[in-house]
Amino acid sequence: MLGLALVVGGLWIGQNVNLLPDSASANAPVYDELFRVLFSIGTILFLGIVGLVIYSLIRFRRRPGQSKDGLALEGNLPLEIFWTAVPAVVVLFVGLYSYDIYDRMGGMQPLAQSAVHNHQAIEAKERVWGGIGSGPIELSKQAKSSLSVEVTALQFAFLFHYPEGDIISGELHVPSGQPVSMRMESKDVIHAFWVPEFRLKQDVIPGQPTILNFTATKPGRYPIVCAELCGPYHGSMRSTVVVEAPDEYKRWFKENSKDPILEA
Amino acid sequence: MTTLSPINSSSEEKSEEQVVNEQEHGDHRLFGLAAFLVADGMTFAGFFAAYLTFKAVNPLLPDAIYELELPLPTLNTVLLLVSSATFHRAGQALRKDEAKLCQRWLLFTAGLGLAFLASQMVEYFTLPFGLTDNLYASTFYALTGFHGLHVTLGAIMILIVWWQARQPGGRITSENPFPLEAAELYWHFVDGIWVILFIILYLL
Amino acid sequence: MTTASQQTHQSSSGSLQPKGWLKYFSFSLDHKVIGLQYLVCGFIFYLIGGSLASAIRIELSSPMSDFMARDTYNQVLTLHGTIMIFLWIVPVVNGAFGNYLIPFYVGARDMAFPRLNAVAFWLIPPAGLMLITSYFITGAAESGWTAYPPLSITTPAAGQIIWILSVLLLGGSSIFGGINFIATILKLRRPGLKLMQLPMYCWAMLGTSILVVLSTPVLAGTLILLSFDIVAHTGFFNPTLGGNVIVYQHLFWFYSHPAVYIMVLPAFGLVSEILPVHCRKPLFGYSTMVYSIMAIVFLGLIVWAHHMFTSGTPPWMRLFFTIATSFIAVPTGIKFFNWVATLWGGRISLNSAVLFSCGFIANFVLGGITGVALAQVPFDIHVHDTYFVVAHFHYIVYGGSVFVIFSSIYHWYPKFTGRMLNEDLGRLHFLLTFLGFNLCFAPQHWLGLNGMPRRVAEYDPQFTFINQLSSIGALIMALSTLPFLWNVIQSAFKGAIAGDNPWEALTPEWLTTSPPPVENWTGMAPLVKEPYGYGIKEESIQIQSPDISDPENNKQ
Ligand SMILES: [Cu+2]
Ligand SMILES: [Cu+2]
Repeated sequence: MLGLALVVGGLWIGQNVNLLPDSASANAPVYDELFRVLFSIGTILFLGIVGLVIYSLIRFRRRPGQSKDGLALEGNLPLEIFWTAVPAVVVLFVGLYSYDIYDRMGGMQPLAQSAVHNHQAIEAKERVWGGIGSGPIELSKQAKSSLSVEVTALQFAFLFHYPEGDIISGELHVPSGQPVSMRMESKDVIHAFWVPEFRLKQDVIPGQPTILNFTATKPGRYPIVCAELCGPYHGSMRSTVVVEAPDEYKRWFKENSKDPILEA
Repeated sequence: MTTLSPINSSSEEKSEEQVVNEQEHGDHRLFGLAAFLVADGMTFAGFFAAYLTFKAVNPLLPDAIYELELPLPTLNTVLLLVSSATFHRAGQALRKDEAKLCQRWLLFTAGLGLAFLASQMVEYFTLPFGLTDNLYASTFYALTGFHGLHVTLGAIMILIVWWQARQPGGRITSENPFPLEAAELYWHFVDGIWVILFIILYLL
Repeated sequence: MTTASQQTHQSSSGSLQPKGWLKYFSFSLDHKVIGLQYLVCGFIFYLIGGSLASAIRIELSSPMSDFMARDTYNQVLTLHGTIMIFLWIVPVVNGAFGNYLIPFYVGARDMAFPRLNAVAFWLIPPAGLMLITSYFITGAAESGWTAYPPLSITTPAAGQIIWILSVLLLGGSSIFGGINFIATILKLRRPGLKLMQLPMYCWAMLGTSILVVLSTPVLAGTLILLSFDIVAHTGFFNPTLGGNVIVYQHLFWFYSHPAVYIMVLPAFGLVSEILPVHCRKPLFGYSTMVYSIMAIVFLGLIVWAHHMFTSGTPPWMRLFFTIATSFIAVPTGIKFFNWVATLWGGRISLNSAVLFSCGFIANFVLGGITGVALAQVPFDIHVHDTYFVVAHFHYIVYGGSVFVIFSSIYHWYPKFTGRMLNEDLGRLHFLLTFLGFNLCFAPQHWLGLNGMPRRVAEYDPQFTFINQLSSIGALIMALSTLPFLWNVIQSAFKGAIAGDNPWEALTPEWLTTSPPPVENWTGMAPLVKEPYGYGIKEESIQIQSPDISDPENNKQ
């Protein structure tokens, strides 16, 4: 009875918490789904165990005058098997579920391929070291051509280079709804590219290019945060990603493009 | 559940004390050394792992790859393997109380160790690359250098054991073989590491 | 024989004699002296590390970088991490309690290698001093306790080299300690004592020491390579010279993930000693507890890359390390369920030791849950290197290990000194610590989820309020140290006399005087086959400790 209330309560809390920032990319809702499931399971476990501890402390506290020892229970095999098996099943479920989430985020797609596909400019043989794939598969399957951006991180700024228009910008402008594929490399130490509203982070590493693919969905201005200690001004190494409606993005692109042929 | 004899008969207690006291010496030091060598081996394992990863994921430009000459390192391998055997003979001689023979084998082992170091030096001076030339070169010197440090320490240990064994009144006898056994265990370990190093660095 | 043993008995019993204090500053070979040396030395470093934490929280109570210079801030956070891990938690949960308790538990008069033991301790103060003075002379390291290259190669070299040297010394100390514990537990057991009769802390220390011996040398080797990069300009981890920065991370975490267990497993063991005594119940599920420790040791060695999910690791690696990490939750969960079952049906004294132990359970469950979440790649990709992670590992190492250290001090102080601690001050200490700790770190989960990265001196002003809340929590934590310090110092002189066994415990350290004589027992070591035999055979308790309960005690 109590357990049932706990499970229902945990699920309810998990479904109704609002601890995350805006979700502004295609994989953010997928992430939030995982978060809610984990939060539900966590709440149930936490309240269950802590509840038992508090209950035991009150119920079984030594009252004045009591001096005898407690129950001489040394163990209980079925019980041990029970609480080995149940967490194992829960963990297995969590693992499989998060694998599924990861797959839906595009994490299991071979990176090098998408990199070569998206960056004809880069020699096909370049080794790509990791990153995360191209956002939810459904979206990438819509065969929209993806926007390539080359990201350079240095102490203490991000530079965004758009090979198509030869634009170099300190702010990242992306159109909403179109997949973006970023190839990132650092000039000095390790940095990390993080947009909390996209639920995405990827280290930017010197000597080893990494790839980050995403599809922004909600127009707005979101912070880009460096998340890897990179020196004294690490805390101020921030930038902005501007997600714009496709038309607005096109206007921005035209205004800044140095390549007149592409404008047409 | 009377696990203890209720009244201590002192004779029984003494004997147990003695058992405990005897346990506190001798074999435990060797056990401790073995545990330390496991730790030491993990340092090497870390270096080997780093080397293999570098090799797998950081391909060097063609002009930075050198063919390592094999004859000298092969000679080194033979030297160390033979020295392991001679050290083993020294131990056997000690157990049979043949002090003179034991000392001779020890000296021979130390000589082989020093020969290894000399030959390693020759290799260092003939190599076409220096410590900071590139990733390969650095890792090569780090691995062989760290191992060479172990050989140097081992050779010094053997010479000390040899010197102690020569002392009249004998700090090292068949009753107290610990220094010799410790040095032997250490020496076999260093040889074993060399074999792995030889395979990974020179043959692969 | 009797006269001789009585002399040792008298010279070391009763409260600490002023004369006796000197031995704590000497190269003593007595495992109990060394244990207390570790404890006091570690606590001094805790106070230093805590002051640094306060400085960090003061800086973070406003969104600007205004309290100290930015590079000073990085030095402070590096020192804070390094001190708390290598000079406080690791030496105390292993060195202090391990040295004090393990020889008792195996029925020995000292550790297997007393001299090595003293050397291991005396490596710590110089290493710590070197680390701290580097701040004043050359400037301390400023690349965080992880010292990731190439940052650690490009920051001022002097501080980084001193940092490497002191971590190498501390690692060496840790390895020597680990070897000593393995030898003591496996080889020095009293005749007749079987492995499966040892108190749980022995198993925890055996597992921990295996981890220490297998993983610490890898860190040492890695730091040697790093120092070559800094001093000799080799290029192991320097990308401009063709090196690979990720290899450093693999090697570093191969030690530093097990390091979490090196800090936490002994704490598990200590809780397993404390709870049965105060619940008057046997430890529930002894053998599953042992197996789960060994499972944790094994799994702990193969999960390191979960710290590198955003470092550009290939998908298969991410997947493998997610699954392996998640499965650590199973043996860890077993331990928690067993502790709860130990509480169930007991006669629990709600004293400070139990409160801190239960506080540990609550905190660690939360830290464990966020840990399983962090093991999931997609989850980690958002919160990696943020305040969510900061909150998570403080729930593990502070809410876990440090709570247990306090619990253990309340539990064993009577044995250490022969005097009781003040319970009211103890409960006040618990209340302040528990509230302060949770107020400080619980809100940080939210900060991380919403976009505050870790190791920053300045942040988005929208996070100001939550950061101030967290800083108030830190202030309460700092204040909570005061009743504790007062309690520990004044009880050493004025505390109620404890007697040999104030908790009526069954583990062997209580079957001798408080504080114990130099060789631990005046007679033969008692053979304790059921260290948790509460309520099982009432009469067995009297029989188990014949040689101290008979002649000596009656004279007192
Ligand atoms: Cu940065
Ligand atoms: Cu870890």
